[in-house]
Amino acid sequence: MKLKKNIPLIDQHDRQGFWGGKFGGSFIPETLKKPIEDLTEEFHKLRKNREFIKKKNYYFKNYIGSPTPLIKLDNLSRHLGGAQIWAKVVSEANGGAHKIYNATIHALICKAMGKKYIVGDTGAGYAGKMLSMAAKKFGLKCKIFMGAKDIKRQKPNCDAIKKNGAKIIPVYSGSQTLVDAVSECMRYWVSNCDNTHMCVGSTVGPNIFVKICGYSTSQISKELKIQLIDEFNKIPNKLKLINCVGGGSSAYGFWSEFIDYNRNQVELIGVEAGGPKKSKLHAAPLSRNAKIGILHGAASYVCQSREGQIHETESISAGLDYPGVSPIHCFLKDTKRARYTYATDEDALEAYKLVTKFENLNPSLEPSHAFAEAIKIAPKLNNETILIVNSCGDAKKDRDILKERLGKF
Amino acid sequence: MLNSLIHQSFKKAKKENRPVLLTYTVAGDNTKKKSLEILKSISKYADICELGFPHNTPIADGGQIQTSSYRAIRNGIKINDVFTIARKFKKEKKNKPIILMGYYNMIYQFNEDNFILKCKKSKVDGLIVVDLPYPENKVFALKCKKKGINFIQLIAPTTSRSRLKKIINDSHDMVYYISMLSTTGGKLKVSPKKIINEYQKIKKIKKSKNIVIGFGITQNTIGSLKKADGLVVGSAICKEITNSIKKRQNPVINVTNVVRKLKNKII
Repeated sequence: MKLKKNIPLIDQHDRQGFWGGKFGGSFIPETLKKPIEDLTEEFHKLRKNREFIKKKNYYFKNYIGSPTPLIKLDNLSRHLGGAQIWAKVVSEANGGAHKIYNATIHALICKAMGKKYIVGDTGAGYAGKMLSMAAKKFGLKCKIFMGAKDIKRQKPNCDAIKKNGAKIIPVYSGSQTLVDAVSECMRYWVSNCDNTHMCVGSTVGPNIFVKICGYSTSQISKELKIQLIDEFNKIPNKLKLINCVGGGSSAYGFWSEFIDYNRNQVELIGVEAGGPKKSKLHAAPLSRNAKIGILHGAASYVCQSREGQIHETESISAGLDYPGVSPIHCFLKDTKRARYTYATDEDALEAYKLVTKFENLNPSLEPSHAFAEAIKIAPKLNNETILIVNSCGDAKKDRDILKERLGKF
Repeated sequence: MLNSLIHQSFKKAKKENRPVLLTYTVAGDNTKKKSLEILKSISKYADICELGFPHNTPIADGGQIQTSSYRAIRNGIKINDVFTIARKFKKEKKNKPIILMGYYNMIYQFNEDNFILKCKKSKVDGLIVVDLPYPENKVFALKCKKKGINFIQLIAPTTSRSRLKKIINDSHDMVYYISMLSTTGGKLKVSPKKIINEYQKIKKIKKSKNIVIGFGITQNTIGSLKKADGLVVGSAICKEITNSIKKRQNPVINVTNVVRKLKNKII
């Protein structure tokens, strides 16, 4: 298994849609074969279409607000000593998280395919919020599938979804979280694929959805590359890019331009959700060595029983609370290009406290997992090392959880 | 596989000028013991029995079958129990074909070859894998054929003409036509007449191929679809199990009644 150079990772799959010969693919019911083929064709056409690229760039700049800032966290760096800590504040994007990139591209594709309805899944509510925003912007009718547990714990985003005129469909099956929302959304699409477009909220699902999402979020690393050269006149010699990983859309977006670099120069660190310290449950299939399995149409490392039943997961962050992970991250793990670890709920909360104490930054619980790793390793590194955390979401949505756990927001 | 039990069921039904009745129940619903009893009892009227091996993340099943699957998993069904149920059933009903149906991850974790071997040992006649479409399933289908197990291909209203031809040509003794764009057990949103029209177009591709229709078939609609080679009823049966439990009645009796009525509508 080997990575190729000069080809985007999203395109390094074989004819059957597998990365590294075993991750990804399209394990789908027959009914979805045709809609997925159509979507694949359309996406490949659009990607090469000048008009579409122009449109994409226009909306990324004028609607999403690209580029998002890269800032140095002076106070936090000084407090910890060691490496310089920086943040790519992707949460400054319109809507407050990186999910807007994928949502915008899907809305544009939906329009191009002449479909009037768009549906999507959401965990933390950001994918849902952004899709509802994009749907409103482009005049599409929108339904968002969300686990009943997540609806309760991410209320601010649910309010936003409703305000944008989209309908939230609560999902009561299974663990009532993201995994069930994705299943229900796919089932809905099976029944309505003739007039409805489906947006998968992360770099998961059948091959084409991994590609579309990765294509969209890769904007983050394109910006970062330019910003680094502006700041340092080159890509620093010791660079570490730290990102939380649930499905893995923001991490892929943050890393895609840097995968070709030698890992001694640019280290890629993914931080999964380790769940509560005292719980056996987690949402960390990569770093806690789950087996390969098939979930939501793709083969990836999946938290599951020996027989193949998908395990319940547990995490304070709804956005990372997912038993599977993107096939491209499985590929990055097996080729050893990226290193994956996890942070517990408690680690993430501590990190949130420390970051907000020293900096004018309000990372949601998802990137707080990434900050936890940065805080852990920064003191052991020298001042020449540049640690950049993708602060990919804003904590407004976590208001209730933070109030409950930290007594304040 | 012309002497397979599945093929013989179609031959027999054709002689009697009626479609084959296929039932679907979930192994372990509501208990291991009860699901075996249900299977034995309904096989008096059903020609082919489909037995689901439940998965907790089904992406193509509607509410009724989801409920049955979750209930069976909660009551402790394991994949080896599914094979035991099949084996015990076949011990008594040697000539009644049984088809296992489920999602690919369960087979993947068991190991493809071991799974097929275990099917063979348990006298399973066929396999339906919901999320392993054509042509990705070619290798697996061939492995099944080599062991004398029917791999049943699915086709849907969205399947293109050229694809239909390829799938039907590569298929074994039976092909499963999904009646409409829906998960299992959805309300029929297309009239039975339209379904039969579409069905007959597909039949023309290869008249000798046995093609069954499934999804959304109930006591109300089954009669108007009887021109098909075979008809599958699943959700309506799972629903009856749920209702029986709610009413504290014996699901074996109630489900058998439902299947008997279904059969009466097509003979």
